[in-house]
Amino acid sequence: MGMTLTEKILANHSGASSVEPGESVWVDVDVLMTHDVCGPPSIGIFQNQFGEDARVWDKEKLVIIPDHYIFTKDKYANRNVDILRAFAADQDLPYFYDVGSEDYKGVCHIALPEEGFTRPGEVLFGTDSHTCTAGAFGQFATGIGNTDAAFIMGTGQLWVKVPETMRFEFEGTSMPPYLMAKDIILKIIGDIGVDGATYRTMEFGGPGISAMSMEDRMTLTNMVIEAGGKNGVVEPDAKTEAYVRERTDKDFDPVYSDPDATYHSKYRYNLEDMVPMVAKPHSPDNKATALELEGTDLDRAYIGSCTGGKLSDFEAAAEIIAGNDLKIDTYIVPATTEIARGLETHTLNGKPLMQIFREAGCKIGQASCAACLGGPSDTFGRLNNQEVCISTTNRNYPGRMGSKESQVYLASPYTVAASAVTGKITDPRVFIQQTVI
Amino acid sequence: MAKQDQIISGKAFVLGKNIDTDQIIPAEHLVYSLDDPEERKFYGRYSLSGVPDAESGLPQGNIPLVEEDKFESEFNIIVGGPNFGCGSSREHAPASLDIAGVQAIIAPTFARIFYRNSVDGGFVVPYESLEDLSKEVHTGDELEIHPEERVVKNITQDKEYEIRPLGSVADIVNAGGIFEFARKEGMIPCQ
Ligand code: SF4
Repeated sequence: MGMTLTEKILANHSGASSVEPGESVWVDVDVLMTHDVCGPPSIGIFQNQFGEDARVWDKEKLVIIPDHYIFTKDKYANRNVDILRAFAADQDLPYFYDVGSEDYKGVCHIALPEEGFTRPGEVLFGTDSHTCTAGAFGQFATGIGNTDAAFIMGTGQLWVKVPETMRFEFEGTSMPPYLMAKDIILKIIGDIGVDGATYRTMEFGGPGISAMSMEDRMTLTNMVIEAGGKNGVVEPDAKTEAYVRERTDKDFDPVYSDPDATYHSKYRYNLEDMVPMVAKPHSPDNKATALELEGTDLDRAYIGSCTGGKLSDFEAAAEIIAGNDLKIDTYIVPATTEIARGLETHTLNGKPLMQIFREAGCKIGQASCAACLGGPSDTFGRLNNQEVCISTTNRNYPGRMGSKESQVYLASPYTVAASAVTGKITDPRVFIQQTVI
Repeated sequence: MAKQDQIISGKAFVLGKNIDTDQIIPAEHLVYSLDDPEERKFYGRYSLSGVPDAESGLPQGNIPLVEEDKFESEFNIIVGGPNFGCGSSREHAPASLDIAGVQAIIAPTFARIFYRNSVDGGFVVPYESLEDLSKEVHTGDELEIHPEERVVKNITQDKEYEIRPLGSVADIVNAGGIFEFARKEGMIPCQ
């Protein structure tokens, strides 16, 4: 019987010729990623369990990317980065992207592909739920806790229950000009619910997906956790190969789903039928179309995070913001330092994106997670009161971006930018039609 | 963590559906050390502090799990609605409940990473109930979880509810976590 991409990777990494959903298997880990929030406790458990002098199983496979609480005066948060620094030095880790150094990257899920760690066919675990982002490259990637991470640090292995796979098939050969991957994933989450994929894989395929850029695919897989999914995958193709080859010399072995693989369920969407979507407070599945919410008053717009802080997200936002005054405070936070540099070098009608945002009066932050998860009270862009914010991030549970009195609407960079211009939730199609010649 | 076959009894604390990890332990508190015995107490202090007041301690609401000046709770069994523990992978979430004195959580469904962290870290035992008990049980009810009989007894209301067997994670729960399990199985050396 055929296997899905996810089943194949788990079989290959557990020494089995085949695996079936529901089975628990021990897999060999290719990459373990951790950051400043979960790294220190993982290291603590590792040292308690394996001894103060224990060495990690393979220093080439452990990647440490501080990104969450970086530009803060909070003494505990800064102490946590010191713990990572000491551990990386002691273990002589080649892949530690230290704060304040030239290597500093920013948000881990974007840094991982930029640095060549998202290789098709491999197994990646990370101490962060959005580790599933890397599935866009045909990798098995999922989030784990500190104890599991500590276990991997010592053994290079972890048990996994083989998930059933849900298939999402996309028709249509190109994205309509107003549509973004964020709209698509908000629509899917709204359809299946925040627990609609719990314990399962979400596999995205079909001509609509082949037409998408790697960054768009990452937006889809990033949010599978918001439907409870264990991992999300897109089958690798020439675009995947080109992206990964440019960033690593390491060999990798892509795998693909068999035509006769068994799926838990299948869903079909047509890109042409989809419209700009919004998730209302306080749940990512609380869906509405942007049009239905038109006129909802806002206090703030936020463009950033691993979901909506990539270069293409800022290009989209700039298309709408260019030449317009903004009615509400608008925060721009590039996910990584590479993207921040891209904002200076990429232009729209001859103007660097950064200049467009500055001229429009946007507040520009440094590459990191920033207010996506609230963070310490001095965090850039944090919602400290009853603000109503429209954001390109991925979660809007109560208090996610700071105060539990605040309200967060999730939307695409187009919709957030259009709403920043008007100060109210706005369907971006009216702006896109103006800019499309 | 309680063993799989051990009866857990105590007071229930009731919450609604989709209780995410930001509500269990808000992100601003993730800075304390879990290894330092003094700092670690703050996870107990702030456990479930992100739940909107009206939804904390149902059906009445406005009941905190842990009182203002305390680090531990008088409630040791959480009863939640579906998709308990969704959101981030922070293990600080089940750890904070454990530090606050919670021993078990009963919910119709759990988010995957939270479930796994609870079990592998040996923090709290996640029991799946057949029905959504968050509408039945009141905060403060005296409960008894009888894993072997697969029932929860509500002493206050004189009712019984069914729970599912732990299945493939039972061995890890019994061992007390993934490290203890792996040592028993000879996967890693004994300490
Ligand atoms: S940007 Fe937000 S969602 Fe992404 S890793 Fe950082 S905190 Fe998590």
